[in-house]
Amino acid sequence: MISRAGEPEEVAATRGEVPQRTGTTLVKRGFAHMLKHGVVMDVTTVEQAQIAEDAGAVSVMVLDKLPYDIRQAGGVARTASLKVIEEILNHVTIPVMAKCRIGHTYEAKVLQEAGVDMVDESEVLTPADEERFIWKWDFTTPFVNGCRDLGEALRRITEGASMIRTKGEPGTGNVAEAVKHIRVLDNEIRKLSGIYESGDTQELLRLSRELKVSIGLAEETARLRRLPVVNFAAGGIATPADAALMMTLGCDGVFVGSGVFKADDARERARSIVVAVTYYDDPKVVAEAQKMIDERKSMMGTTDALRMQERGVNA
Amino acid sequence: MNVTAGVFGLQGDVEEHLSALETARARTGIGGESILVKSVEDVKRVDALVIPGGESTVMGGLSSVKGLMPSLRERIGGGLPTLGTCAGMILLAKKAQDRVVGETRQASIGALDVVVERNSFGRQRESFETQLSVALPGGERFPGVFIRAPTVKSVGPGVKELARLGGAVVAVQQGNVFGTAFHPELSGNTLFYEHLLGLARGGK
Repeated sequence: MISRAGEPEEVAATRGEVPQRTGTTLVKRGFAHMLKHGVVMDVTTVEQAQIAEDAGAVSVMVLDKLPYDIRQAGGVARTASLKVIEEILNHVTIPVMAKCRIGHTYEAKVLQEAGVDMVDESEVLTPADEERFIWKWDFTTPFVNGCRDLGEALRRITEGASMIRTKGEPGTGNVAEAVKHIRVLDNEIRKLSGIYESGDTQELLRLSRELKVSIGLAEETARLRRLPVVNFAAGGIATPADAALMMTLGCDGVFVGSGVFKADDARERARSIVVAVTYYDDPKVVAEAQKMIDERKSMMGTTDALRMQERGVNA
Repeated sequence: MNVTAGVFGLQGDVEEHLSALETARARTGIGGESILVKSVEDVKRVDALVIPGGESTVMGGLSSVKGLMPSLRERIGGGLPTLGTCAGMILLAKKAQDRVVGETRQASIGALDVVVERNSFGRQRESFETQLSVALPGGERFPGVFIRAPTVKSVGPGVKELARLGGAVVAVQQGNVFGTAFHPELSGNTLFYEHLLGLARGGK
């Protein structure tokens, strides 16, 4: 069974209304469950999508530019060309995701029309509305959103996100921020569960107000001792060991952005990261995977000052 | 009599199957351990196997890391009670094709004599919930959760149809091997798991 925590009453009320129903909370969250223990890879072309599929990516994420190149290019980053998205949809058999700007309801509608399997409302693109994210319950297509802490994650779930990714700092090749945020999230959930289990309702209420979420959603998260939706790690993952580290920290899977296609050994890199995510509990296999890549071919890190992760955090 | 049940653990909604197995154990009183199956030793150990939902091409590709296919074929071919849901059924099928890109050359266990069509209802926005009738005792009203689901296009002799949706076959049985196009692990109904554990206990 999967959790329906955070589902608004009007959405719950439509359940079982017609004999065959699309876009339910169960099928949207369920889609994310099928990606577990997998790797979603950023791609910008059909050729890259094919390499990702051959390597065993569980899905591809279509962007106009990889996060590293967005940093280099500057300017406004928008959703990818529909022509490219459609080419990729018709070419690979694995699910296809695409990014839209934070709060840009219409870019998301366009992506839903095009038939993408999941929309990523992403801070990697230039936000259209930093105060208000998309109301995702209105969509048949499921959404994934980023978070740096528990409050952000639960607020995105309240808006209808079917999946969460803990943010790193995209396009930097540095996994440190991703590690930090999964730890923050973990500690906050542990604290919440502790209070819930102690039976201190008043303190739980106080904490849910601090997180700016409903007491119901806070309670369900505390009871589950994890987010009520699938949670992947993202941002700065560049090697099999990086990916295995994130799995060890309790993520359900990983997103790899610039790490594959900004490396000079994309094919080997893609395959090795997939293998490392599956066998993260077997250091022998991860070592074999790490042998498939060459550190001299890893993406060059960047210490660019732009903090994409801070976009929309107060909404 | 205890039953060791395994969930093929390379990719997909593995934990959801483990949890469905736990519920089924509580309902049937069949004890024992449920394990992840990721090595040849694991394949040898189990009395029953579940292949989860996920991406069939990914699971097939990853099975080569530890050379799991030969031992899977041997055990399942030898009568190991096995359930494959969605991607799991595709992996069990003799032949798979994709609705959009046509025939897919993917690794297959080949224990179910059926041809399956991947992504048969369309993409994620066409994923749906509905009610089914499954031809197993207690399966009259079964919650069907279909996510980018396949259908069975043709069945060989010896394959029994367990459920249909409109004209499409969505659940099959061949001997001890079950395949469903939908996701019983997400539905809360543990009928298939109870059945699987029962078969495994009976075979001991």
